[in-house]
Amino acid sequence: MKKKFLAALMCATLTVTTLAGCGGDSAKDGKNDIPTSQTGGNENTGDDSPENSGGSDSGIVIGFSQVGAESDWRTANTESMKSTFSEDKGYTLKFDDAQQKQENQIKAIRSFIEQDVKYIVLAPVTETGWDTVLKEVKDAGIPLIIVDRMVEVSDDSLYTAWVGSNFKLEGDKACAWLKAYADAQGVKELNIVDIQGTIGASAQIGRSQGLEEAVEANEGWTLLAQQSGEFTQAKGQEVMESFIKQYGDKINVVYCENDNEAFGAIDALTSAGYTVGTDLSKGEVLVMSFDSTNAGMTDVLSGKIVCNTECNPLHGPRVEEIIKALEAGNEVEKQQYVEEEIFAAGDEVTSITVGDDSFDVTTVTQEVIDGRAY
Amino acid sequence: MKEKKIDIKKITGHHLFMPLLCLAIVLLVSVSYTHSFFVITIKNGILYGYMIDIINRASELVILSIGMTLVASSSGGTDISVGSIMAVTAAVVTYICAGGQQAVTSLAAPLIIAILAGLLVSLICGIWNGFLVAQLGVQPMVATLILYTAGRGIAQLITGGQNTYIRVDSYKVLGSKIGICPVPTPIFIAILMIVIVSLILKKTALGTYIQTVGINAKAAKLVGLKPVTIRFLTYAICGLMAGIAGVVASSRIYSCDANNIGLNIELDAILAVALGGNSLAGGKFSLAGSIIGAYTIQALTTTLYSMGVSADVLPVYKAIVVVIIVSLQSPELKKMFFRLKSRIGSGKEAA
Repeated sequence: MKKKFLAALMCATLTVTTLAGCGGDSAKDGKNDIPTSQTGGNENTGDDSPENSGGSDSGIVIGFSQVGAESDWRTANTESMKSTFSEDKGYTLKFDDAQQKQENQIKAIRSFIEQDVKYIVLAPVTETGWDTVLKEVKDAGIPLIIVDRMVEVSDDSLYTAWVGSNFKLEGDKACAWLKAYADAQGVKELNIVDIQGTIGASAQIGRSQGLEEAVEANEGWTLLAQQSGEFTQAKGQEVMESFIKQYGDKINVVYCENDNEAFGAIDALTSAGYTVGTDLSKGEVLVMSFDSTNAGMTDVLSGKIVCNTECNPLHGPRVEEIIKALEAGNEVEKQQYVEEEIFAAGDEVTSITVGDDSFDVTTVTQEVIDGRAY
Repeated sequence: MKEKKIDIKKITGHHLFMPLLCLAIVLLVSVSYTHSFFVITIKNGILYGYMIDIINRASELVILSIGMTLVASSSGGTDISVGSIMAVTAAVVTYICAGGQQAVTSLAAPLIIAILAGLLVSLICGIWNGFLVAQLGVQPMVATLILYTAGRGIAQLITGGQNTYIRVDSYKVLGSKIGICPVPTPIFIAILMIVIVSLILKKTALGTYIQTVGINAKAAKLVGLKPVTIRFLTYAICGLMAGIAGVVASSRIYSCDANNIGLNIELDAILAVALGGNSLAGGKFSLAGSIIGAYTIQALTTTLYSMGVSADVLPVYKAIVVVIIVSLQSPELKKMFFRLKSRIGSGKEAA
């Protein structure tokens, strides 16, 4: 009896979820009423759509589908969009939190089309599976701007522009800083270990590549080992423990591909009796990191992390530039990168050059940390 | 009667023989690549060496595999929610310690209360699983799938979707070391759990009850055991073990990373049980086997790190070794081997 009841309950749940999933597909035929009515609960657009569609569209209406709120970085990304496209600046932002689900994003985009927004901004949760819905956006004649992660679509014309981080440049900048810093300290021999991110993530590919090329190009640099710390503190610590046992005193630079890995590496180094710091000649180990989260910046301030290259979540202003250009009828560049800074514990290196471009290095102080949005 | 006793002894000896052999092979391979593999020194007041890393890093897995063994034995299923329960426990503990803040440098509530509350929550998670499996008769994998999916969501909800940092030295003790003691604390916790659970299993009849229920629940009922209660109990214990592992994992990184704490560890825990020569279909179990299995898995990871295997091919190597170990222990393969041997033997005789 109990089993039957349970089976019935599960069947019911399954049917509901399948229906919800299919809802998006059936909307392809042009009847869009299903998804909007079903998502109601987690879609913020549901609340303000009546007043917006009521004809008060004096400003530019923008639909923004965000992945979720899984990290500080993501929250800052959302905030940047919300503050850039505020009502006093003449925008109406319809924001949708997809809670890490692609089907929610697809539903949101379809409801944006139905509400006839002027622009759609999408922060995709995954890279694949966007062809159909982006085709619908294109057919509706709405320009689509992708932020953060890239989408893999068969036809590039399905989106108007992409805004995000240049991970390769981040790696290049960090290495250019390291070169300048080591020269300033008069150290030629650098033995580097690389705690990589999750293998295959675009941040890992760009940052590892930047380091690998720099090691090739610079005499005296040796890349002792590379291993993935999966962007987590626990794995970063475990990998660093193993590196210490293999190479011990040889290591003088640890290249961590995000802040969490750096925290783990610092713990592993200090508990094995090494000094993490800024002075190579005293035998201190340099820890380099990426992302520049608040916790990471605090460690730069205390000198535990010597250099931290930013991964900027503030995409709003760049997206606004694109929209303004489109409003003026201009062509826009397909790939656009956000400006990213580089932070260091000391002021020995004030600027670095990568290729033909020169970048300023910011020395971290408490004011710098307090002045940041995330 | 006497004969039977010898038989059982033979079987248990056999049960532990293969897992130990596998662990020994893994260690031998690593020492042949890295000659200093077995060297243990004291550095900066703490034991230092690859072997220490293995024993230390395997602690959470050992604790989990204890619970998993009992669950597998009593219900012939696995609890796939242990990783998520770890995350929930860590979230509760850090939330209470931080008093709802995102990063603190002093405890907002006594550590012991936070840990007890966390363990209570993990016990409740285990009780929920036990209720579904034992009381409602839901298949173990389906029942624990609920918390597997929902657990991390709950943890995110508690932490507000952000990593909570507890930068207090007393919070780090469980994951690093106590005072001047050179042995990392997680090792003690793992040993403590092994001792407590094996004492309970040995000193009471619980161990036998669990096996009886796992072998034949109907027969167990006829002799007066309560299969429902016993299964329920094993899931509750498994939940509590996951909670303890969660506290250790959280203390290691003095924070709660709800997305990553115990991620995919349930698979390793199940593997540990299987590597220990235990049947996942229920019935007889060997706790020692599972524990050896857990250390083997960590030894494998540490070995691959020490050999400098690159991260993108690491899972492949792991998979190959696991396939070899599992097939070494497969009774079917052994039968095939014997058949082949006897065929060759008889072939020679005929010639």
